[in-house]
Amino acid sequence: MHKQQCSATTKRTPASIIINYSFMADPWIQLKSFTPARIALGRTGTAIPLKEVLQFRMAHAHARDAVYSLADVKTLQDQLSVFQLPVHVLHSSAADRHEYLQRPDKGRKLDESSAQLLTATSSDVAIIIADGLSATAVNKHAVPLLQQLIPLIQGAGMSIAPICLVQQGRVAVGDEVAALLQAKAAIMLIGERPGLSSPDSLGMYLTYRPKVGLTDEARNCISNIREAGLSYEAAAAKTFYLLREAVRLQLSGVQLKDNEHLLS
Amino acid sequence: MAYQCTIGNTSYRFEDLKTLLAKASPYRSGDALAGLAAGSYEERVAAQIALADVPLKTFLQEALVPYETDEITRLIIDTHNPGAFARISHMTVGEWRDWLLGDEADTATLQQLAPGITPEMTAAVSKLMRNQDLISVARKCEVVTKFRNTIGLKGRLSTRLQPNHTTDDPKGIAASIVDGLLYGSGDAVIGINPATDSPSAVITLLEMLDRLRQQFEIPTQSCVLCHVTTALEIMPQAPVDLVFQSIGGTERTNSSFGVNIALLKEAHDAALSLQRGTIGNNVMYFETGQGSALSANAHEGLDQQTCEARAYAVARHFDPLLVNTVVGFIGPEYLFDGKQIIRAALEDHFCGKLLGLPMGVDVCYTNHAEADQDDMDNLLTLLGVAGCNYIMGIPGADDIMLNYQSTSFHDALYVRKVLGLRPAPEFEQWLLQQGIMDAHGNQLPVHTHRLLENL
Repeated sequence: MHKQQCSATTKRTPASIIINYSFMADPWIQLKSFTPARIALGRTGTAIPLKEVLQFRMAHAHARDAVYSLADVKTLQDQLSVFQLPVHVLHSSAADRHEYLQRPDKGRKLDESSAQLLTATSSDVAIIIADGLSATAVNKHAVPLLQQLIPLIQGAGMSIAPICLVQQGRVAVGDEVAALLQAKAAIMLIGERPGLSSPDSLGMYLTYRPKVGLTDEARNCISNIREAGLSYEAAAAKTFYLLREAVRLQLSGVQLKDNEHLLS
Repeated sequence: MAYQCTIGNTSYRFEDLKTLLAKASPYRSGDALAGLAAGSYEERVAAQIALADVPLKTFLQEALVPYETDEITRLIIDTHNPGAFARISHMTVGEWRDWLLGDEADTATLQQLAPGITPEMTAAVSKLMRNQDLISVARKCEVVTKFRNTIGLKGRLSTRLQPNHTTDDPKGIAASIVDGLLYGSGDAVIGINPATDSPSAVITLLEMLDRLRQQFEIPTQSCVLCHVTTALEIMPQAPVDLVFQSIGGTERTNSSFGVNIALLKEAHDAALSLQRGTIGNNVMYFETGQGSALSANAHEGLDQQTCEARAYAVARHFDPLLVNTVVGFIGPEYLFDGKQIIRAALEDHFCGKLLGLPMGVDVCYTNHAEADQDDMDNLLTLLGVAGCNYIMGIPGADDIMLNYQSTSFHDALYVRKVLGLRPAPEFEQWLLQQGIMDAHGNQLPVHTHRLLENL
């Protein structure tokens, strides 16, 4: 019965009419050129037209999938081998994503067996990669960024500790890792909280003399590293600039200013 | 003083009033993170049973944060009105819950009562209430404020037009404002969160907003949500309608925001002296949200909802035009999912209204919370029923600068339509004159409009 009704409807309403049926479009569509905001969506009744609803839902789906994405440890290990540095795979105290989202304190701390893996190296720089809120970002951007950054660091004669990959990690876990490695500076690459238009944005945090218990004001941050944002080359240059300044001034965080206007 | 409740063979003991309040709170991730949540479902209900028997007077005698060390406690105690409190002074928290839901507690009675109740009393009673109780009582409250229009009348729902832009580009912001106005949004305020707090950038945006408002004679107010110190600095040369500030419920939380009561008073006095309001003098705009105190590690051992209610004591001291909780912005470590966000929003709206605040809600969530637009639809509809003063209006519900999702211009039209709610009266008249809305509240097709000519 239902099927018959459907086909009857289809007969009365040819496909071309269905496609031509239009919601109330907004005549100010040209304003979209001034802003990426979702303006001039049009309406049907008071509702947003379906096409826009589905686009929004897809953007949210990408963001949600990014939050629950996993670091591709095997591939990352393979790719990181080109740097000829040891790679440690570590885990925070947050058992899984559910706990990670509710207990930021656990994501900031290594689990016991990971902490035991690390020994003092007295290197200049520790590089830590953590999934954060978007492992997708790490899977895509961490290695290409390091391909630009590591030659700069090594070219300046600085030594690099074993690269550490932390699962279920937050920013501050990088300081614990670097402190255990006894590195002078920590460079943490971490997946940022996904926005609707940026599910794969990578962040970089630099700490000089890293230790457990530091907070954001002790770190310098570069955000939005991705194809449509800050390029690998620019991000590597900014990171290297910050690192050199941190070493020169022996500090990092709010007191380390962008005197060369390298940072946006 | 300790509190006790025995269930079967288990005797639950709650060391003091703040412990009792925390254990009685409906579950949320932030209280668990703070180590304050009840250990079991049974303990939670036991705490609620014990809390129901606490006399309201206890809240005037037992400070949750010491009077000596916290200026918000001092504000609460020193400004308490015993005359207004007399009507309920003999009641326990549980008796008060039943009284609030009864017919005697009508709109006028609740308005008279407001100066006699403390934030902690409202927090306590909210913990005993179901969602429908929070809605029923809030719906009876009416808090009306005025600047260039009248916000909060029964049967009305206003919107803050929030036209944020990633780089504060004035053209980009203007495009979102025009879009919003043509969708009937902006009667609570046209309010921009600036990407940078620099005074010159804020002045540029304020001047743009003021030109637009005057050119089109829009009966509303504008605000750039900069820090209160920035507003004070630029006031001599910029058209500041409203002073904005984020506030919390402990002195140390406000310190982390770089504010205190004296600074807010200075800003309030300065804004009043500008005399920019045409029909009223409510010049302050505050934002709050559960979890802010804990995230500043300044919660003083209080559960996050009680902290939030205490922030309302600060707000009401300055007769604000607008107060809204930004309920789901803080993230899942404080409010994990749609259920917790919805509950928290209804609590905040209820507590604020009962205390006499013009409460709005930013119905919102972040991408790492277990929530989506369906949860926001639920909450939006519930708040419409509860008589919320205003919500946010954001293009497509997607704030491209703050990276979170809230309610769209369309969402406001939806809730006005299904519940028969209307914009602020002066703004409604403007929408009619502009041919944007008809007398039944329906959107009219816009083919061309003066607002589109400048851009």
